[in-house]
Amino acid sequence: MLLLKRLTVLAVTFVATLAGAATALAGLGQPSPWQLGLQKPASPVMDNIIWFHDFLLYIITGIAGFVLVLLIIVMVRFNARANPTPSRTTHNTLIEIAWTLIPIMILMFIAVPSFKLLFYQLNVPAADLTVKATGKQWFWTYSYPDNGEFEFDSLILKDGERKQDQPRLLAVDNDMVVPVNKTVRVITTGADVIHAFAVPSFGIKIDAIPGRINETWFTAEREGVYYGQCSELCGKDHAFMPIAVRVVSEQACSAWVEEAKKKYARKEEVPPSQVASAQSRSQ
Amino acid sequence: MDAMAKPHGEDQHDHPHGWRRYLYSTNHKDIGTMYLVFALVGGLVGGVLSIGMRLELMHPGLQFFHDAHMFNVFTTAHGLIMIFFMVMPAMIGGFGNWMIPLMIGAPDMAFPRMNNISFWLLPASFTLLIISLFVEGEPGAPGVAAGWTIYAPLSTSGHPGPAVDFAILSLHLAGASSILGAINFITTIFNMRAPGMTMHKMPLFVWSQLVTVFLILLAMPVLAGAITMLLTDRNFGTTFFTPGGGGDPVLFQHLFWFFGHPEVYILIVPGFGMVSQIVATFSKKPVFGYLGMAYAMVAIGGIGFVVWAHHMYTVGMSTAAQAYFVVATMVIAVPTGVKIFSWIATMWGGSLEFKTPMLWAIGFIFLFTVGGVTGVVLANAGVDRSLQDTYYVVAHFHYVLSLGAVFTIFAGWYYWFPKMSGYMYSETIGKLHFWLTFIGVNIVFFPQHFLGLAGMPRRIADYPDAFAGWNLVSSLGSYLSGLGALVFFFGVAHAFMRKQQAADNPWGAGATTLEWTLPSPPPFHQYNELPLIK
Repeated sequence: MLLLKRLTVLAVTFVATLAGAATALAGLGQPSPWQLGLQKPASPVMDNIIWFHDFLLYIITGIAGFVLVLLIIVMVRFNARANPTPSRTTHNTLIEIAWTLIPIMILMFIAVPSFKLLFYQLNVPAADLTVKATGKQWFWTYSYPDNGEFEFDSLILKDGERKQDQPRLLAVDNDMVVPVNKTVRVITTGADVIHAFAVPSFGIKIDAIPGRINETWFTAEREGVYYGQCSELCGKDHAFMPIAVRVVSEQACSAWVEEAKKKYARKEEVPPSQVASAQSRSQ
Repeated sequence: MDAMAKPHGEDQHDHPHGWRRYLYSTNHKDIGTMYLVFALVGGLVGGVLSIGMRLELMHPGLQFFHDAHMFNVFTTAHGLIMIFFMVMPAMIGGFGNWMIPLMIGAPDMAFPRMNNISFWLLPASFTLLIISLFVEGEPGAPGVAAGWTIYAPLSTSGHPGPAVDFAILSLHLAGASSILGAINFITTIFNMRAPGMTMHKMPLFVWSQLVTVFLILLAMPVLAGAITMLLTDRNFGTTFFTPGGGGDPVLFQHLFWFFGHPEVYILIVPGFGMVSQIVATFSKKPVFGYLGMAYAMVAIGGIGFVVWAHHMYTVGMSTAAQAYFVVATMVIAVPTGVKIFSWIATMWGGSLEFKTPMLWAIGFIFLFTVGGVTGVVLANAGVDRSLQDTYYVVAHFHYVLSLGAVFTIFAGWYYWFPKMSGYMYSETIGKLHFWLTFIGVNIVFFPQHFLGLAGMPRRIADYPDAFAGWNLVSSLGSYLSGLGALVFFFGVAHAFMRKQQAADNPWGAGATTLEWTLPSPPPFHQYNELPLIK
């Protein structure tokens, strides 16, 4: 009975969401219920990823559909009833060459935009702002090396700590704040194990590896809060160290930086030995 | 060849009885049977773990696991068990052991005693893995929760307890088992073919096993090296993967995937061979483009060794390295396409009979194509940036493995079950099993593409609420597949209780390989006189 009830609920939600999908305000910067495709883009890189993914989707749907059609044809035309005497054909040089060369041409057709996208992603342009994200078990620490010494931790908001509109498992206490329409370089490292910094609507994902510094970049084109999650298994609470990037106007960002310098610079109530190690780390 | 079909006198086949027959066994068929039973047990355990995960993921929030650690232990154990204790034992140890000597006209394996130790290392290995579930891994919590990829430093400093050591020793034994098996298979195939059976006359299943065991022989030692370095990092103060001592965690990933990518072909290539035999048999037509099929597998195996870092596009590799791995990976689509089209061409003009093995084989061809084309998407580093470590990857590799490799195992099971057991299975139950599984696994894994595109990361016990819908669908599908598995076990029991004798060749004119010239089941020792291949 319970299962039946749940199935009914499922069917109703399914139809309702499909119907409402067009009108519903799909969240920007976070996934929406029953979403089928990639998250909405908020950076030029993600625009390109979505274009390229759609391009691939047409090709692979075509290929899978072609194979399915061929299978249906052979099952209908060449089943034992329709075709009691099998042929003995085992070779056809022309067709064998064709099904080797045509896939090669399709792959070359894919490779051109693929490389364009790859080079666009990996050529980090001159950055207006650099943010360092350090993955730790199980939270992120952000620092702004161009803007002084401050750094702060960003932890998941638990039930009861969130405001009404903040999504569960995505919202954090201290967002990473960046200016809109500016090129932001993110450098990542891991403090204990490997983590990965990912924000789907910016089209970025880069591992945060102990002993290494990795970099990526994005230009957020619209203000808002963009969520991501740690994307490399990092232990018990891997599911609970989200990433929240708040994109604000340039002025608001400068104001935030000034405030943050005061708020986070002080290392109060820390024993002298830890202060020493904290200073040596920041140098 | 007719001479071979004569029943052999039982007196020629004196062998130990009871437990001694199996524990001491040097007989490829008995050892193959033990591998198959072992794989059934492994599959049952791995399957129960996966249902456990789907139960947890059915709704947002933590319901069944009191913390996410135990969920990660489940994902880790599910992966390791399905790979090392289900697919490999079934395909290579089980069907390989059983069918290679029968198909090449050999009385047994080249090294029968080594065959025995190859098998008996596996229960020991499995035991070590089970022990690892009950000793400390992450601080204060039992079991390895680092994923089947056991990336350092999560598997070193992140798991101070001895669980990872048990898992490493388990993998060492499983690796040794498969390397010994590989040596045995290579020697057998090269040296023990019946007179007249040239390499280019070998059945494609034997070719597929030959390619597979070469992959094992070349890839497993790399895994052994990597996990030994992990072991010494953990216990003896080395720092291969510890930056504090000059090591690099990424080195482990390179070593792991240099093994890991060939490993995924180890899991699927024997399936290619089985599907070729089955499609030809039930089309009553020889395989189309035999040489192309054989060398496509050789090509897939070869290229499989130079594409490993497409699993690592987000570790911060140089642009040139990523570009190389994009091209190399996409090249694999070409020989794979040759195989798909050749299977279809084999059926083209044939006289198809949709017996249960053929249903699994056709299902495989389509679902493997779906998994293959999403592989082409993932090969492109640019878009993989969005999909790496999401459910899209989970969907992709379950389409090629769970819906690919496992479908071929069931295809092979139904195809050879009459030969191996001497009993016919029930077509009705077999077909019910197929349709439940086919519908079930597609409901499980197709929606996971949507989840991955929307950004849901892998290996998480709880997810943002927006992912709830497709996760519910996926979980419901897994219960249906679980029901399919129960039907399978019922079908096996039913066949053994019904005892309907199978003919020597139940499949008719299409089944042309040598195993069908023998009685069902074959005598304890076959080919006392070697068959002559014209």
